[in-house]
Amino acid sequence: MSTMNMIEALNSAHQIVMERDDNVVTLGEDVGYFGGVFRVTAGLQKRFGKHRAFDTPIAESGIVGACVGMAAYGLRPVAEIQFADYIYPAIDQIVSEAARLRYRSSGDWPMPITIRSPYGGGIFGGQTHSQSPEALFAHVAGLKTVIPSTPYDAKGLLIAAIEDNDPVVFFEPKRIYNGPFEGFYDRPASPWSKHPASDVPEGYYAIPLGKAAVVRPGEAVTVLAYGTMVHVARATAEHLGVDAEVIDLRTIVPVDIETIEESVKKTGRCLVLHEATRTAGFGAELAALVQERCFYHLEAPVERVTGWDTPYPHSLEWAYFPGPVRLGLAFKKILEA
Amino acid sequence: MPDAPERANRPALSLHVPEPPGRPGDAPDFSHVQVLPAGATPRPDSATPARAMADMVYGLVRVLNDAGDAVGPWNPRLSPETLLAMLRVMVTTRVYDDRMFRAQRQGKTSFYIKSTGEEAVAVGAAFAMQPDDMCFPIYRQQGLLIARGYPLRLMMNQVYSNRGDPLHGRQLPIMYSSKEFHWFSISGNLGTQVPQAVGWAMASAIKNDSRIAATWTGEGATAEGDFHHACTFASVYRAPVILNVVNNQWAISSFQGIAGGEQTTFAARALGYGIAGLRIDGNDILAVHAATAWAADRARANLGPTIIEHFTYRAESHSTSDDPGAYRPAKEGEAWPLGDPIERLKRHLIRLGAWDEERHAALQAETIDAVRAVQREAEKLGTLGDQTFHDIGTMFEDVYEQMPWHLAEQRAQSAAEVEAARS
Ligand SMILES: Cc1ncc(C[n+]2csc(CCOP(=O)(O)OP(=O)(O)O)c2C)c(N)n1
Repeated sequence: MSTMNMIEALNSAHQIVMERDDNVVTLGEDVGYFGGVFRVTAGLQKRFGKHRAFDTPIAESGIVGACVGMAAYGLRPVAEIQFADYIYPAIDQIVSEAARLRYRSSGDWPMPITIRSPYGGGIFGGQTHSQSPEALFAHVAGLKTVIPSTPYDAKGLLIAAIEDNDPVVFFEPKRIYNGPFEGFYDRPASPWSKHPASDVPEGYYAIPLGKAAVVRPGEAVTVLAYGTMVHVARATAEHLGVDAEVIDLRTIVPVDIETIEESVKKTGRCLVLHEATRTAGFGAELAALVQERCFYHLEAPVERVTGWDTPYPHSLEWAYFPGPVRLGLAFKKILEA
Repeated sequence: MPDAPERANRPALSLHVPEPPGRPGDAPDFSHVQVLPAGATPRPDSATPARAMADMVYGLVRVLNDAGDAVGPWNPRLSPETLLAMLRVMVTTRVYDDRMFRAQRQGKTSFYIKSTGEEAVAVGAAFAMQPDDMCFPIYRQQGLLIARGYPLRLMMNQVYSNRGDPLHGRQLPIMYSSKEFHWFSISGNLGTQVPQAVGWAMASAIKNDSRIAATWTGEGATAEGDFHHACTFASVYRAPVILNVVNNQWAISSFQGIAGGEQTTFAARALGYGIAGLRIDGNDILAVHAATAWAADRARANLGPTIIEHFTYRAESHSTSDDPGAYRPAKEGEAWPLGDPIERLKRHLIRLGAWDEERHAALQAETIDAVRAVQREAEKLGTLGDQTFHDIGTMFEDVYEQMPWHLAEQRAQSAAEVEAARS
């Protein structure tokens, strides 16, 4: 075991998979010599060579298109899109190509591609360094979408994602790269080293995709969350003394429906929490699933706590972010219903 | 199936990944940069068909020589008054950048991007275009906005996201926007502005207007599809637009070879599209002025677009979030063979007898005082650091022309949150 922050854990995942499988190549803007603007790919080029870890031109469509070609050859590419906000030029290659190739070639060309990208706000990055576009990808047949919330999970999930034979969009909550964030933005930041999930095995392990984790057991209400929001949910529940069961989905497609159902049937209340905008966000899908499957167990309408339906603002970041106050009001509402 | 044939390409294939000439710890090396003498690159008439001037994309238009004289066919023969005005704006831009960079370091804002070493690219263009020609810039052309007379105070308010920020704190610092100054809202998404500039220029042509458009992109972002879409549209419709590629050698940590600059020039992108291409010394403000005026003439004569590659150097970090010491030789900037744009114009003015070191030092000192004074005023309206923001309700405005019910509801909810947080 060693103590790792999320960046180091993700780096370790790359090191291990690239060592085990020389079909794995890593590419993206600034990922080679420099090791990525967040340093997730640091040292890979030195260790594995320029032909396995390299810089690309600034062209996201080119990056993913090249990954499709590499995967067609038989490689297992891992691409970094520098910020999730810059993934849009690649949408056609992801949605029309990578996601559908297994289907349209009847299995001739599976696409074992992992597209990693830092996402989410909380760093005063303004509208082009803060977005949470996960719902766009969750909506696409043929893609898996994974979002870790701790260093331990980040490593295990990234290894599983790279080894998966289908394309995976892997969103990394950049606000918690260096330490968990509980939404109390005016308190000092705490590093991962103080959190048990920073104990990360140095060697190989994979966390299966599609499996959620119950990170805080409770009886009063189920909270479905992922990424940074897992920490906000847990801390707010503790802060307010709410007996919430907090579920970290970890993979949003395919989602772990069994864990969700079991919890909601137990608590009778469900609150979904994400930083992304509300309308047609992934919370809408979760709310629909819960009412389809747990309707007769529900004692209150499913509550959604989300970012507002505006572009991510710069200065008013904390008024936008679904933090402890918004969540606290929602807890009150759902528990009193 | 027969056995796979023995192929001709032995030894085995190998992947080429371009490498810059130096990395940290290496001595800076610009031996690959061919510095053509000032005055050496010819000046075709601005009506010359693109094919007939194809060599220009491999030349280097330079007017100011090392001695500080303006030489050759591209000399725009500007009056000393104009030269001095350009010098003032370049100095202001550099001082402004310096103050704002420090303000970020002092926690007064979240982010800043300097244009140090590249001031001539923006300022020279401003003086060669009409003030109502439309600009689609990126985050490193602040000199152009200053040259157009946009108040520094508003720029600072934007950087601080304070109560005087014309963009209501919505945008990242440096992403200025001003319709009044014909300056399109800067996007954080690289490349998007290039086809937009072409579209604006097409609209101007559709309406038989006389205004043209200009856009700027870094060499790194010419790899984006948008750049190439823009070139195709500009060529097809002969759009009255100037497509500026600012080749400052680096795109964050990636040297220009990663953008495709190893095998050819960025100006040479023009050839494949049948667009006129010029490659110029971007640290020579007279070359920038002359090339921009040439391209503007061509566009106004309905002869279509020009790609101008400004060969320059990003003298400092990419942004406040970046440390170039991690990827390029420490003293690389000092070895840059095309010098500093402010120093070069200063030397020229001194050579003309219109300027001297004392006056320059005085200008420098006055500018620092003046910029500081504006800064003090701006800070009275708050900074990001002290959280004097626009009213929270403004967050929900301008998403649509008319606020739909769900946003109105969310606005009310956000107001309730403010109440709840208080109690
Ligand atoms: C679509 C998109 N991809 C990636 C980025 C991240 N990014 C911001 S600036 C930059 C480098 C740009 O380099 P260049 O175009 O050469 O311009 P310079 O900053 O050197 O002026 C990158 C990769 C972005 N802003 N937009």
